[in-house]
Amino acid sequence: MKEKLVLIGNGMAGVRTLEELLKIAPDKYDITVFGAEPYGNYNRILLSPVLAGEKTIDQIMLNDKQWYADNGITLYCGKEKEVVQIDRRKRKVITSDGTTAEYDFLLLATGSNPFIVPVPGNDLPGVVTFRDIRDVDLMLEASKQHQHAVVIGGGLLGLEAANGLMRQGMSVTVVHIQDTLMERQLDKAAGELLRKSLEERGMHFYMPAQTTAIIGEDRVRGVRFKDGSELYADLVVMAVGIRPNIELAKKSGIHCERGIVANDTLQTYDPRVYAVGECVQHRGQAYGLVAPLFEQAKVCANHLAHLGYARYQGSMTSTKLKVTGIDLFSAGDFTGDETTEEIVIKDAARGMYKKIVLKDNRIHGAVMYGDTVDGAWYFQLMRDGTDVSAFRDHLMFGESHLGDAGHGGQNKAASMSDSMEVCGCNGVCKGAIVKAITDKGLFTLDEVRTHTKASSSCGSCTGLVEQIMSSVLGGGYSAAPKEKPVCKCTDHTHDEVRKVIRQQHLLSIPDVMHYLEWRTPNGCHSCRPALNYYLLCAWPAEYKDDAQSRFINERVHANIQKDGTYSVVPRMWGGVTTPDELRTIADVADKYKIPTVKVTGGQRIDLLGVKKEDLPDVWRDLNKGGMVSGHAYAKGLRTVKTCVGKEWCRFGTQDSTAMGIQLEKRTWGSWMPHKFKMAVSGCPRNCAEATIKDFGIVAVESGWELHVGGNGGVKVRATDLLCKVTTDAEVEEYCYAFIQLYREEAYYLDRTAPWIERVGLEYVKQRIVEDAEGRKALCERFVESQKYAQIDPWEERASHDVERHEFVPLKLVG
Amino acid sequence: MIETMTDWIEIGTLEDIPRLGSRVVRTTQGDIAIFRTAEDEVFALNDSCPHKGGPLSQGIVHGKRVTCPLHNWVLELSSGTAVAPDQGHTACFPVKVEDGMVRLSLQPQA
Ligand code: SRM
Ligand SMILES: Cc1cc2nc3c(=O)[nH]c(=O)nc-3n(C[C@H](O)[C@H](O)[C@H](O)COP(=O)(O)OP(=O)(O)OC[C@H]3O[C@@H](n4cnc5c(N)ncnc54)[C@H](O)[C@@H]3O)c2cc1C
Ligand code: SF4
Ligand code: FES
Repeated sequence: MKEKLVLIGNGMAGVRTLEELLKIAPDKYDITVFGAEPYGNYNRILLSPVLAGEKTIDQIMLNDKQWYADNGITLYCGKEKEVVQIDRRKRKVITSDGTTAEYDFLLLATGSNPFIVPVPGNDLPGVVTFRDIRDVDLMLEASKQHQHAVVIGGGLLGLEAANGLMRQGMSVTVVHIQDTLMERQLDKAAGELLRKSLEERGMHFYMPAQTTAIIGEDRVRGVRFKDGSELYADLVVMAVGIRPNIELAKKSGIHCERGIVANDTLQTYDPRVYAVGECVQHRGQAYGLVAPLFEQAKVCANHLAHLGYARYQGSMTSTKLKVTGIDLFSAGDFTGDETTEEIVIKDAARGMYKKIVLKDNRIHGAVMYGDTVDGAWYFQLMRDGTDVSAFRDHLMFGESHLGDAGHGGQNKAASMSDSMEVCGCNGVCKGAIVKAITDKGLFTLDEVRTHTKASSSCGSCTGLVEQIMSSVLGGGYSAAPKEKPVCKCTDHTHDEVRKVIRQQHLLSIPDVMHYLEWRTPNGCHSCRPALNYYLLCAWPAEYKDDAQSRFINERVHANIQKDGTYSVVPRMWGGVTTPDELRTIADVADKYKIPTVKVTGGQRIDLLGVKKEDLPDVWRDLNKGGMVSGHAYAKGLRTVKTCVGKEWCRFGTQDSTAMGIQLEKRTWGSWMPHKFKMAVSGCPRNCAEATIKDFGIVAVESGWELHVGGNGGVKVRATDLLCKVTTDAEVEEYCYAFIQLYREEAYYLDRTAPWIERVGLEYVKQRIVEDAEGRKALCERFVESQKYAQIDPWEERASHDVERHEFVPLKLVG
Repeated sequence: MIETMTDWIEIGTLEDIPRLGSRVVRTTQGDIAIFRTAEDEVFALNDSCPHKGGPLSQGIVHGKRVTCPLHNWVLELSSGTAVAPDQGHTACFPVKVEDGMVRLSLQPQA
């Protein structure tokens, strides 16, 4: 018989935990849910846009009642299904109408209650809070019959309520006890700007002011303050804060302080009882935003599934105000002290303000008003604890996307119309992303990628998609963690996997998966190629390559095309060819009726549209003409572009062509984390474009400049200068050592550019330039591994029948 | 239930298909991809992805699924249905293995 799980609280954190649990252990429990609200599960965050008339209740449902039925979950909801007692001895819960349910495990997710200011008259009709659908209905109703609203509380919730009521046509005054709005998130300067722009929209403020009574007889008629003044009101909204809802837990003897006390596994003092959400106090902290609650949900599900390895260690949070047209962002500690430094820019005329607080060269907090495009970036830097000294001068100007291709300089999601394209690869417009986020209730980048495909291909629009998410979801958007697991089949990171492979001398993909307890029987299309590469790189002599774990292009040594045919690119060393080679190519194209012959961007020739069965014959003919695979399909060495150099060019300082050919002859065939391109230019005019290559060489009178980490393509990155050397032999040694360091330490599918940005140029210099011994050792390891790699895959297949089954049908029928 | 006669065509041996791999049977109605899982189960799908017709036989097989080589849709081998959130379906054909011999029916599964 299945174990029984009971959830009390049908809100965002509780149901999210169930969703996470169903993903990893769909059949473990019989689940019963109790909710005091008469609905399925809805997105509470979006009550603000509902109040403002920008959304309907239907649009904010996350899981309707059918979802519970589809997943075999028993749902009891409505006021009478509020749980009033937990019998922990009998492991049973009881509702106010006497419904009972037994549990093996209990999950408390009772959220919080709005705080009601303890003043006379606070229970008069017309006094409401802002927490659930019922409250919103009450406010919408009141806005039809009444005119004057007072909102007590100038925090996030209060301002969103005030904005909504104003949009419903009411005249609204916000009463705040402090002299700065949202003082917990904003400093004085930003608070002033916010107040100013809300006033321009017609909102009134009465602050600082302390409420002492709500006046009225059958219905509220006004608010009285400490100084004796009064404001007229026929609707009063209390939005002064929330208190964790712990009454039930406390009554049942579960240890509570301000919230229900839970440990890093979200377990309470009763080992059968877990708790998540706003009702929880974890390491002394209670949260009131969904991003941390969702992190808790994930960890809690991991333990309910008895996997037992996830830990919740607290969260950093950031805030956005969901008032259309107002851009505000705040994260971390922005007040600062004597140990911190501040960078501030303010342009009051444009209504723009930015403050970043730095401590030990790391972002400690940030407040932005008006221009919040880079909020997500600052938040990421802050969470990662990135040392910003290298780009401190540019910090204020944001993560400039100067090099990005693909979205024409567009980098402000808010100003985009719904029909504007965000993801050029998959043709996804802003409207489609917004719709998916709201209709399907998405919260993470990963979810948006799977549902819309936006930013799932080249990734250059990731920043834009993240901005759209944060503008739709406010603080509800959960940014991706820094150390990502390899894929959904495991929680282990790339580094962990590589380490275990070396330390445990693992020699096959199944061994790695077994050792690290992979969740899937044989991985997926993401992790298998990565593992295959890591094993190959660690054990070049011992590991037997696994063809079935390679993407089709690498499996059959040609590039698949949209119609299922293939393209064939033979090597043309250093971009130099001969009449004989050209004749061979021409003959092959004629003989196999190859439709397109094209010069590539990599200084060689592509034969496109070859039928799969013809591949071995095409290769055999090319081999006969002295040509081998160009690896145009490989995560490995692609091309070495060269210019004519000293041989011919009047400016040439060295023989760049010969150098390029030499490097290509030594490095072809090597497998790497991603593709690797080189170029050699004969002088600083740089006709071979060496400064956007993974390894670029520029000849000068006195020797060679070595450049690393360049990238054309999706995001252009110019190289960093590694060092200058004088002899040809040094060029080779540095080049091979650099390649080997990249091979051994980059994550699979990282090109050199993101890898260097992650580890830092200083680190690479230290390993390659300063540490001469280390450089030699790296170089030797590369040369050793090349012994097993430099076998022409085309020849093996064309003349020795390797992998023959790939190229012939199993059977012809009919 | 009515027993219908199925025409089983011998297409080769289990060993002809690589584990976690695929082979193609060429028919007059188009190519059919024959897959073999790690557990030696065999499945047959129309070799055309419901997305943009990618050749599924060229994909990576994992569990009882295959990832299309063109844009990474994932399909269930047992039914030809795309894994959510993608939506689509490609024809699925009955196959059986007896004494190491693989037999295929060209009558698509309902
Ligand atoms: C054939 C060629 C275009 C052409 O007709 O000129 C080409 C074709 C493809 N490129 Fe490229 N790229 C070609 C030169 C380039 C260049 C120019 C260069 O190498 O100097 C670049 C920019 C330089 C760079 O890489 O830094 C380039 C940047 C890309 C990118 C983006 C890489 C990035 O890091 O941003 C991709 C996507 C990827 O690799 O993930 C890509 C991916 C592709 C793929 C493999 C797309 C795919 O996955 O199927 C195309 C394969 C077509 C085929 O079957 O042949 N191609 N591609 C060029 C082959 C060069 C060669 O001789 O091998
Ligand atoms: C108007 C508004 C705007 C917000 N905007 C944002 C935002 O922009 N960004 C952000 O991150 N967060 C925002 N929040 C906060 C966010 O909605 C909450 O942090 C989140 O919903 C808390 O989730 P929870 O599951 O802990 O509690 P809830 O979602 O409140 O769920 C608790 C549920 O438990 C039920 N319950 C309680 N006791 C019992 C009982 N004894 N028996 C049965 N049921 C019970 C309650 O009725 C309730 O339905 C906003 C909140 C509001 C109200
Ligand atoms: S060849 Fe390169 S740029 Fe051209 S369509 Fe293909 S991937 Fe895009
Ligand atoms: S054709 Fe299969 S995923 Fe696009």
